[in-house]
Amino acid sequence: MRDEGTAVRMLPLGDAALTVEFGRTIAAATRVRVTALAAAIETARSTGDPAFASVVDVVPTFRSLTLHFSRPGGDPGLAERLAQMAAAADGGATAGRHWRLPACFDAAFAPDLDDLAARAGIDRAAAVALLRGARFEVGVIGFMPGFPYMSGVPARLSAPRLASPRTAVPARSIAVTGEMCAVYPWRSPGGWRLVGSTPVDLFDPNDREPSLLAVGDTVEWDEIDADAHRAIAADLAAGRIGRHDFRVERAAA
Amino acid sequence: MTDGFVVEAPGLGVTIQDRGRTGFRAMGVTASGPLDADLAACAVWLAGGPEDAAFLEIRGLGPTLRAVGGPHRLALTGRIAAEIHHADGETETFRPWTTATLRDGDRVVLGAAAGGPAHLAVGGGFAVPPALGSRATFERAGLGGIDGRAPAKGDLLPCTTIAEAADGDLEASEWSFGHGPIRVIAGPQDDHFAPAALDLFTAADWRVTRESDRMGMRFDGPRLDHLSPAEADIVSDGVAPGAIQVPAAGRPIVLLADCQTVGGYPKIATVISADLPRLARVQAGDTLRFAFVDMATAVAAAAARDAAFAGWRRSIVPKRSSGRIDVEALWRENLVGGMIDASRPADWGETT
Repeated sequence: MRDEGTAVRMLPLGDAALTVEFGRTIAAATRVRVTALAAAIETARSTGDPAFASVVDVVPTFRSLTLHFSRPGGDPGLAERLAQMAAAADGGATAGRHWRLPACFDAAFAPDLDDLAARAGIDRAAAVALLRGARFEVGVIGFMPGFPYMSGVPARLSAPRLASPRTAVPARSIAVTGEMCAVYPWRSPGGWRLVGSTPVDLFDPNDREPSLLAVGDTVEWDEIDADAHRAIAADLAAGRIGRHDFRVERAAA
Repeated sequence: MTDGFVVEAPGLGVTIQDRGRTGFRAMGVTASGPLDADLAACAVWLAGGPEDAAFLEIRGLGPTLRAVGGPHRLALTGRIAAEIHHADGETETFRPWTTATLRDGDRVVLGAAAGGPAHLAVGGGFAVPPALGSRATFERAGLGGIDGRAPAKGDLLPCTTIAEAADGDLEASEWSFGHGPIRVIAGPQDDHFAPAALDLFTAADWRVTRESDRMGMRFDGPRLDHLSPAEADIVSDGVAPGAIQVPAAGRPIVLLADCQTVGGYPKIATVISADLPRLARVQAGDTLRFAFVDMATAVAAAAARDAAFAGWRRSIVPKRSSGRIDVEALWRENLVGGMIDASRPADWGETT
C-alpha cells in the first residue's frame, strides 16, 4: 500500500466522466470528504451552476466521487470548480438517514451463519448478537440497483467471499464479506455469506426514491422471527405499511 | 385496439433500447442504451424520430412483427436481411438504410444481424411505458423494455400512426465507421501498471473472446502486469461504458452499455465516446489495437462524429424504388433490359 495522501486527484474516466479521488482506502475521514463534496455538487446543480450543466449523474463511493456528462468533455470550467470544491470539502455535511430494518436470522435464511460463527470461535447466538449490535454505514450503492455496500461488520465476523459463489441468492438476503454487509435486492448469483433476510425491498422503481438506502445512511438490524418476517412482507405488499416507516431518528452516536 | 406491432416470433438477443437512462447511477442503475449509438441514431432519425424514441436493438436473430393499425414507418440500420410480407400476399425486400411503410396486417420478417447489432426503429418510437425516465431494457433489474424484459411472442409493441399523406419511403447512405486503433484516454488507474504494461497495452493485438455481452467484452492477449499483486484490486470506484478493467489475470475487459456503476478492478484506460460504437461491430475472433490519445483529441473526435452525422442526414433521399418489383410498370417504361444495374451490386447481393 502506498501512503494515503490527502491530496485530491482528478482522474479522467474517458471523455464523458471524471472521478474525484480522495483516497485509495476505506477511511472515515475520506467518507466525510466524499459526502461533503456530494452535498456541494448537489447545491451547485440545484442552483443552476453552469459548470455543472452537462452533469447527468454523480456517483459517490467510499473514497471517490464520479461525475458523468451528457457530452464528451463536459462543461468548461468544471475541473477548476470541482478542484476548489473538493479542496474545501471537509466535513460539515448533514448526516444521512438512519434505518432500523427488520431482519430474520433463522437458519432457513442464514445458511452461512453457523460457519461464520464457528470461524469466529463463538456460537450462533453470539454471532447474531454481534450483527444486532452493529451499526452499518452505506458507502456506495452498486453492483446492482439498490445494492448497498455497508461498512461496519464486527471484525470477529470478517470472512472472505465463498470460494464458490452461489448461482442463486434469494432476494432480500442479508450477506456479509470482510467488513462489508449488503442486501441482495433481487435473486441473483452471489459469493457473499448469507446471514439473514429482511422483508423490506431495497429497490422499488415505482417509489419516488427507488433505492431505499443512499450513501451516508446508517442501518441497524431489528431482529424478528420468521412469522414476523412473513407478516411484515404481507403488510408491505398490501400497502398497510411502507418502506419508509422503518426510518428512525438517528440515535445519539 | 392499440396500434403497433404484434410480436409473432421474438427472435434472439432483441431488446428495446433508447438513448439510455441517466440520473440514477448513484442508486446503482446503469445507463443501458444501444451498444452502437451511431447506427441506433441513424435508424431513429430515418424513421422520423424523435431522438429519444425507443427502437429494437437486434444482436442475434431478428423478430417477426405484424402491424396493427397503421400506417407505420419502419427504418432499418446494420447488416441484416429483411422482408415485408404484405397482407395482400406480396413480398418485398426491406433493405437496411431504407424505410418501409406497413399497414394493418403487413409483416416484417427479419433475419440474423451480421457484423454487430442491427436496429429497427419506428416513426414516433415504440411507446412502451418508461421506467425511471427511459424505455431502455435493463433485464437484470427488470427495468424498461416490456415489463423489464425482452419482447416475447404475443406482445404488442405500441406505436403511433403516421399521417397517410406522409412523404414516401426514404433511403440513406451507410454510416462510415472510423478505422485504425480504438482510441483511449489513460486511467483512471493507469498508475497501477508498470510502464512496460502500458507499452504492451498499445503494442499488442487483442483478440475478442466469445465472453462478450451487453455488459462487457473480454480480450485475449499478453498478460498486463500490475505494479504489484496488491495493485490488481482497488476499493470500488465509478465505472462507465468504455472503461477497460484489468483483473489480476492481466487480460483486459472493456465495459459496455449494461455495465455496473462501480467496479473493483483497476482501469488502465477508457475508450473515447467517438470510438465506443466501433466496439459493437467487432466479433469474437477479431483482433484490434488500442492507442492513447489526450482529452482534446477525444473531444475533437466527438465533434467530428456530430459533423459526420449531420452529413449523413443530408444523404437521405426518397427511396429509389420499392423492393416490390412492379413488372408492368417496368415494361411500360421499357426498362427491364437495364434493370440489373452493375454499378450498385450491393443492393442486389445483400437482399436476394
